Amino acid sequence: MNAHNSVSRRALLTSGLATGFLLAFHLPLRAAANEPVQPSDTTEGKFAPNAFIRIDETGRTVLMMPQVEMGQGTYTSISAVLAEELDADWSKVEVQHAPPNDKLYGNPTFGLQVTGNSNSIRAWWLPLRQAGATARAMLVQAAASQWGVEPASCTASKGEVAHDASGRKLGYGALALAAQGQTPPKDVALKDPKDFVIIGQPLKRLDTPDKVNGKAVYGIDAILPGMKFATVAACPVFGGKVGKVDDSAAMKLPGVRKVVVLDDMVAVIGDHMWAAKKGLEALKIEWNEGPNAEITTKDIWEDLRKASQKDGAVAKSDGDIAKALVSGDRFEAAYELPFLAHASMEPINATVHVKADSCEIWTGTQIMTRVQSEAAKAAGLPIDKVIVNNHLLGGGFGRKLEPDMVIAAVKIAKQVDYPVKVVWTREEDIQHDVYRPVYRDQITASLVDGKVAGWKYKVAGSAVLARWLPPAFQKGIDIDAIDAAVDAPYDFANFHVEYVRAEPPAVPTGFWRGVGPNNNVFAVECAMDELARKAGKDPIEFRKSMLTKNPRMLAVLGQVAEKSGWGQKLPPRVGRGVCVQPSFASFIATVVEAEIDDIGEITLRRITSVVDTGIAVNPDTVKAQIEGGLIFGLTAALYGEITIDRGRVQQSNFHDYRMMRINETPKIEVIVVRSGEAPGGIGEAGVNAGPPALRNAIYAATGVALRRLPIDRKLLAAGKKA
Amino acid sequence: MHMATTLTINGETKSFDAPPEMPLLWVLRDILGMTGTKFGCGIAQCGACTVHVDGKAVRSCVLPVSAVANRTVTTIEHVGSTPAGAKVQKAWLEAEVIQCGYCQSGQIMAAAALLAATPNPDDSDIDAAMAGNICRCGTYVRIREAIKHAANGRQS
Repeated sequence: MNAHNSVSRRALLTSGLATGFLLAFHLPLRAAANEPVQPSDTTEGKFAPNAFIRIDETGRTVLMMPQVEMGQGTYTSISAVLAEELDADWSKVEVQHAPPNDKLYGNPTFGLQVTGNSNSIRAWWLPLRQAGATARAMLVQAAASQWGVEPASCTASKGEVAHDASGRKLGYGALALAAQGQTPPKDVALKDPKDFVIIGQPLKRLDTPDKVNGKAVYGIDAILPGMKFATVAACPVFGGKVGKVDDSAAMKLPGVRKVVVLDDMVAVIGDHMWAAKKGLEALKIEWNEGPNAEITTKDIWEDLRKASQKDGAVAKSDGDIAKALVSGDRFEAAYELPFLAHASMEPINATVHVKADSCEIWTGTQIMTRVQSEAAKAAGLPIDKVIVNNHLLGGGFGRKLEPDMVIAAVKIAKQVDYPVKVVWTREEDIQHDVYRPVYRDQITASLVDGKVAGWKYKVAGSAVLARWLPPAFQKGIDIDAIDAAVDAPYDFANFHVEYVRAEPPAVPTGFWRGVGPNNNVFAVECAMDELARKAGKDPIEFRKSMLTKNPRMLAVLGQVAEKSGWGQKLPPRVGRGVCVQPSFASFIATVVEAEIDDIGEITLRRITSVVDTGIAVNPDTVKAQIEGGLIFGLTAALYGEITIDRGRVQQSNFHDYRMMRINETPKIEVIVVRSGEAPGGIGEAGVNAGPPALRNAIYAATGVALRRLPIDRKLLAAGKKA
Repeated sequence: MHMATTLTINGETKSFDAPPEMPLLWVLRDILGMTGTKFGCGIAQCGACTVHVDGKAVRSCVLPVSAVANRTVTTIEHVGSTPAGAKVQKAWLEAEVIQCGYCQSGQIMAAAALLAATPNPDDSDIDAAMAGNICRCGTYVRIREAIKHAANGRQS
């Protein structure tokens, strides 16, 4: 999923991987993509210059959203980019979910209609500005030809074309039909960013007014005539199958309609979720647990530690690492990260109506076209007979980059002739997730004259991208797993990065908000703090001395030191920790201040983050994403761990898979730097920042160098040593 | 055994058949088609399903419908007609609290009940009233700010 933000792409180019990778990435996927179909809405009576813009005769401006809204604010930001170059009247802008169509709406980075890797704005920044500017030029041409003047003598602003010399004006609504007949110009000029009037303003989000009054419709809210409700139990052991099912008690319950037995899952359909749930509880199911019934997390960790001793595929090697590591002071450490569940607040769901010759789906997904093609396979229908209606997502976080819930719902819906809404309980959602993999990151480094002279870094863990997008896995390197490791921001003269693919048995692994940089930013920034201490230097000064070639990173680091009160005296067992990160082409420095009490419990006191994300399309959304991302990452650092025993996930709901709550949330200050650079990604970046900054605050406060997450309080009780 | 149940929801009388032990959440969502109230955990751990019963915030996912007969139920669809609810909704938009929004029906119901009972809550009042509501997007900083704005009637 990682694909290529500009930084890691550059890094890959230097390592010689990119040519094969990029070819593989784009060509076959585009060729294999679905045949184009027209967008579902009619364009009759409208100005529809491209797949994204629809203006009717009243001036109502509907923008089709190629990316999905899961809280990250992309509907507003994408609209701002389109509306800016269109010179639309922002107050008349409305948004619509795009239908599945890779040709029209495929994310330019992936060639697939995918929302992920914090790249919506990066991927669409130029294409959508061009789409907006082309449409604007056609509206201007229409007005100019009506007035018999040169298009160049006209201007456009807030949904109107004006001819200043004669004082004439026409609204986009009045021009819609005439503009539809214009030939789209080639090579339209884009605005100079200093002339932006919408981009860069703290815009009110377009999706939030309906989210305060219950009107917003998520996938789980779909209602259809004659619809029934289902809930499911999958085999508790990974890879296990259904054996025998006794449904005699369940079928006697009021409101229970049908029991559907699939290969690895049983569903009960009822008049409402409650009947389905009671029915499921009343089933007697014997499972064929299969070969994975003895798997434990402990064994998985032993295997991963063993695998991480092997040499990996070399992703990057600059200088002479062998020589560098035998000079100076040597440092070795390994950092370990657990399995994590996504736990979106909207539990997994999909509503499906299968008819003899069609299949219609209502859900919220990050992968519109993949859902369509997978549903077609499950339904035994051609792709063009599958209609997918996307919705707002009640959180995605990578879980909805998978189609499994839709495939299962189609198989259930095939058994009945009415629409069925399949909703997983929270317990199923947590126990049958596609988990953030366990990672082990080993670092060997040497210090000479207080600076890092050699840096050897080895990632061991799942290759999520290899499963999710096989052509992107080249020469043994998973570019997601090494993201933010190959492009660590520091000047390391001798710099070597390896990757060992190590798949846990049976446990499905997938993308989790923050993706590859989660493991690498953590390991790099923890090691940098330990190296600073070994060198006898302040953690920020130590980093600064190796950021001389990275002015944007250096600038945010300097600013966060000032804004966070870095260096000011703190009480005992209170510490500040820093994290710098180059993730998603954004440059972010964060300081967490935390207190550790005598039994090792942690109180977050204050967080300061300085963000250079280039041009911030909606600066308020950038702030919100960092605030929320920090909480998401800190939740994982404080509590997040999925463990497995007897092949089963041991956690089940929010009582044992804990989330941070408001009473644990400190003051968070996010400063967004003004910048003219191209926009970076922001939706996941905050997640990367929290865990290392907190861990380093704990290191400062207690001297204990934690090397595993989640944080083990027992190691932090007063009197414990590193 | 299904029984005819009558409830007053958002000022309207609603009659329907439901088993008495069926949680109010599923009556609202799956029988009455009122989907503003959300399912999050089913065990009163997350607060996404929060509604008002006689003005108090309760978790509808564990509240048997038989327990609310003859009581007044208010949901997110109608909370804007109460003074505290309207203030909270306005403050939520002014502070741009919301991200994915899925938990926010519950957050708003909890905050409206807090302000109706405690017009000027301090941080510990906010913690006590709101700690039962999980937001996976992590909007807590803005929730706190919005509650204070709503309490003071300040414009942001």
